[in-house]
Amino acid sequence: MRPEWKDFVGFKWENEINVRYFIQRNYHPYDGDESFLAGPTQNTKDLWDQVLELQKQEREAGGVLDMDTTIVSTITSHGPGYLDKSKETIVGFQTDKPGKRSLQPYGGIRMAEKACSDNGYEVDPEISEFFSTHRKTHNAGCFDAYNDEMRECRSSHIITGLPDAYGRGRIIGDYRRVALYGIDMLIEDKKKQKSSTGRVMTDHVIRLREEISEQIVALKLMKEMAASYGCDISKPATNVQEAIQAMYFGYLCAVKEQNGAAMSLGRTSTFIDCFAERDLANGTFTEEQIQEFIDHFIMKLRLIKFARTPEYNQIFAGDPVWVTESLAGVGVDGRHMVSKTSFRYLHTLTNLGPSPEPNLTVLWSTRLPENYKRYCAKMSIQTSSIQYENDDLMRISHGDDYGIACCVSSMVIGKEMQFFGARANLAKCLLYALNGGIDEVSKKQIGPKYRPVTGDVLDYDDVMDKFKDMMEWQADVYVNTLNVIHYMHDKYCYERAQMALHDRDVKRYFATGIAGLSIVADSLSAIKHAKVEVIRDEDGVIVDFKTTGDFPKYGNDDDRVDQIAHDIVSTFMTAIRRHHTYRDGVPTMSVLTITSNVTYGKATGNTPDGRKKGQPFAPGANPMHGRDTHGAVASLSSVAKLPFNDAQDGISNTFSIIPGALGKEDQIFAGDIELDLSSN
Amino acid sequence: MKGRIHSLESFGTVDGPGTRFVVFVQGCPLRCAYCHNPDTWSIEGGTMMEPREIFVQYERNQAFYKSGGITVTGGEPLMQLDFLIELFTIAREKQVHTCIDTSGIVFNSQQPAWMKKLDELMELTDLVLLDIKHIDSEQHTELTGKPNERVLEFAEYLNKKQVDMWIRHVVVPGITDDEKYLYELGYFIGQFSNLKALDLLPYHTMGSAKYEKLGIEYPLKDIPAMAKDVMPEKKQIVINGIKKRRQDDSGQ
Repeated sequence: MRPEWKDFVGFKWENEINVRYFIQRNYHPYDGDESFLAGPTQNTKDLWDQVLELQKQEREAGGVLDMDTTIVSTITSHGPGYLDKSKETIVGFQTDKPGKRSLQPYGGIRMAEKACSDNGYEVDPEISEFFSTHRKTHNAGCFDAYNDEMRECRSSHIITGLPDAYGRGRIIGDYRRVALYGIDMLIEDKKKQKSSTGRVMTDHVIRLREEISEQIVALKLMKEMAASYGCDISKPATNVQEAIQAMYFGYLCAVKEQNGAAMSLGRTSTFIDCFAERDLANGTFTEEQIQEFIDHFIMKLRLIKFARTPEYNQIFAGDPVWVTESLAGVGVDGRHMVSKTSFRYLHTLTNLGPSPEPNLTVLWSTRLPENYKRYCAKMSIQTSSIQYENDDLMRISHGDDYGIACCVSSMVIGKEMQFFGARANLAKCLLYALNGGIDEVSKKQIGPKYRPVTGDVLDYDDVMDKFKDMMEWQADVYVNTLNVIHYMHDKYCYERAQMALHDRDVKRYFATGIAGLSIVADSLSAIKHAKVEVIRDEDGVIVDFKTTGDFPKYGNDDDRVDQIAHDIVSTFMTAIRRHHTYRDGVPTMSVLTITSNVTYGKATGNTPDGRKKGQPFAPGANPMHGRDTHGAVASLSSVAKLPFNDAQDGISNTFSIIPGALGKEDQIFAGDIELDLSSN
Repeated sequence: MKGRIHSLESFGTVDGPGTRFVVFVQGCPLRCAYCHNPDTWSIEGGTMMEPREIFVQYERNQAFYKSGGITVTGGEPLMQLDFLIELFTIAREKQVHTCIDTSGIVFNSQQPAWMKKLDELMELTDLVLLDIKHIDSEQHTELTGKPNERVLEFAEYLNKKQVDMWIRHVVVPGITDDEKYLYELGYFIGQFSNLKALDLLPYHTMGSAKYEKLGIEYPLKDIPAMAKDVMPEKKQIVINGIKKRRQDDSGQ
């Protein structure tokens, strides 16, 4: 065994790239509580103060501190950057200084230019010229191939948020590989992969060979970039600090070259814990030092930023990066995967204060240890910064080494990736069904000229028939638009750094999404259980509704409407599955619009459920605001009825509650009366 | 026997142990000045529901209530004994933890028929949250419209029956936060061996919006919410009372 792996238990993973085996053989499940955790060091406090000051300056400067306008960002484009070199235990920034946003034109030069100009900067004209004339971008490729219908659907927002102008994101490299194996071994492995391809030069083989070559270049550059910080990542990490640093460099390369809407981290805490336990046992580092490394690492992740336009920030309510890290979960052998480092990651919320990034996501199982559950609950109440996902559900299809990209998309780390696919606006689709493909806002014929509804009162069966037909059409345009996007992204904006940290043959998910589910469910419920009259404008287009009588609303554990929501998800997914997908992607669907629900609402007219034109959709699979009247459990139950098999890319529910409603505060509630009568 | 139900809450975390399914019954004889559910006062209105129908709602989501159970509150649950007996009989069969949140005001030891039903219900009840509004009867009358003798008698009855009891008490600035009364409350409840917990609730003003909606004048509109940070101190006064009583009773 290599000297760097001394004290680790070997089995398979030393001879092949297999991080999961390493973890399973070497991790220490931890059942204890949080009392071992260490507070922030003075260096951590100093650095964090510096970050807060930077964030303040950034806000004062209107949201952006500095932008690079002359250097196209690559893995090695920028020299090292620091907050305070003498205090940082984990180093590395996207550019040569914190807060300076990198220039990433491969996704689309116009978006890069606009991101700069909207923030008061101007891209070097030579770069603009180069990426307009000599080097084609992903964005230009998409528009070369789009047909008229795709363009119209895009501009009328029946299909929204398409990643055709910047990085698609959602791919998670197995950054742990850099720490466990070192770059040299990874390059050797990639060379073997390249020599293992077929000899007949089909499109598939040519593309694969070219991609592996790109990946090898990326690996070499990673090593070079790390060397500029004085770090050697060619060999395996020898301690926990080196492991975190190597892993972070891997991630940093990804965000230097890709500005995807979600650039997630993976599932790293229990992996890192293997190194931490070894160091604690050998006396290499103390608990305080290990927490300091993790604090500094998380601090770096909080500083990942991209150049975005105001429109983008409007869609996402800020400029999130979705640096999602998945914690805990249960292994397929039945042992839970909570380690001390699963606590240490969450503890950064105490040491550095609450933060939406990185998006700390607990893979929840009923079988997690009680102490960890309690700690999570406590931290949620204190910081509102933790996301929860159902491990018991996802473990069935993904095993115990998957991670979450963005907010809900699950994939096995290093073995699966996804083609991110934006959303189909189902609420608008319902209105198209009523109006025979005419857009209720622009009044243009966007969808097919199917027969519109006639008469003044909507009939459920008639509407459902028409809606199903319109969904078939929508799914068709949608999937084909995505086929164009992902073809072009692979061609002009390939994720070489992230894919270098994947196996040769990855499973590709072809992810789609829907928005407006609760509106559609409630609208159909209104049509079925109450009386909905249509109001037409002077052109005969239905623009409003008059609803008489009450109707069951999604979010109250009422099967009469929950079944409708369930069926819509299945129907649309069935329509999606009918189509050819790029690179044999496995089609999946999500119900997850966490923030973009506001923008989608703006583009959508009045709906039969009583929602007015322009009003926001409910986020994700949430019931519409204020319509769930039977408490949280009933509301969650409605969401839980949605079929995961037809929404395998994830179902999200945003849950807000005042801490007081979660139970009594300790100091107020006395609990059991146990009195010592002998004292006074 | 159908119950007159105000509403069902699927996520109750403050009315008994664990996460609970909470049934709010309609109708209450008290008119507590600080009541935050004035919409449950009227004995008209509400929805008539079968116990079985309610229990089905519970069962749909019982996975959420593993450490909890069912709580009936209101309104005044003890006005609907027949309904409660039927609901709790079903719950007991399924080994579901049962809890009643009551003011005890309708307790009536002079009515044998009523008491017989109450005895029957208590056999099926795991926990009673007894809300003593004020330990002083005159003040109780001023605050709620009725004196407190029946309430205190009900506490004694529960102790005799050895039904687990939590005492709840809302601490309102200038009304119930007086040291003397808090100590007396403690001294009174200190005698009971079935006392399992003390739940002192700081008065809040969130109920006032409902009054506005119902077009009733809010009696405490000039009284501010109780500051939470002084609650541990208030709690200690009650506990001191409990302790004194237990020392007296044990002759120490």
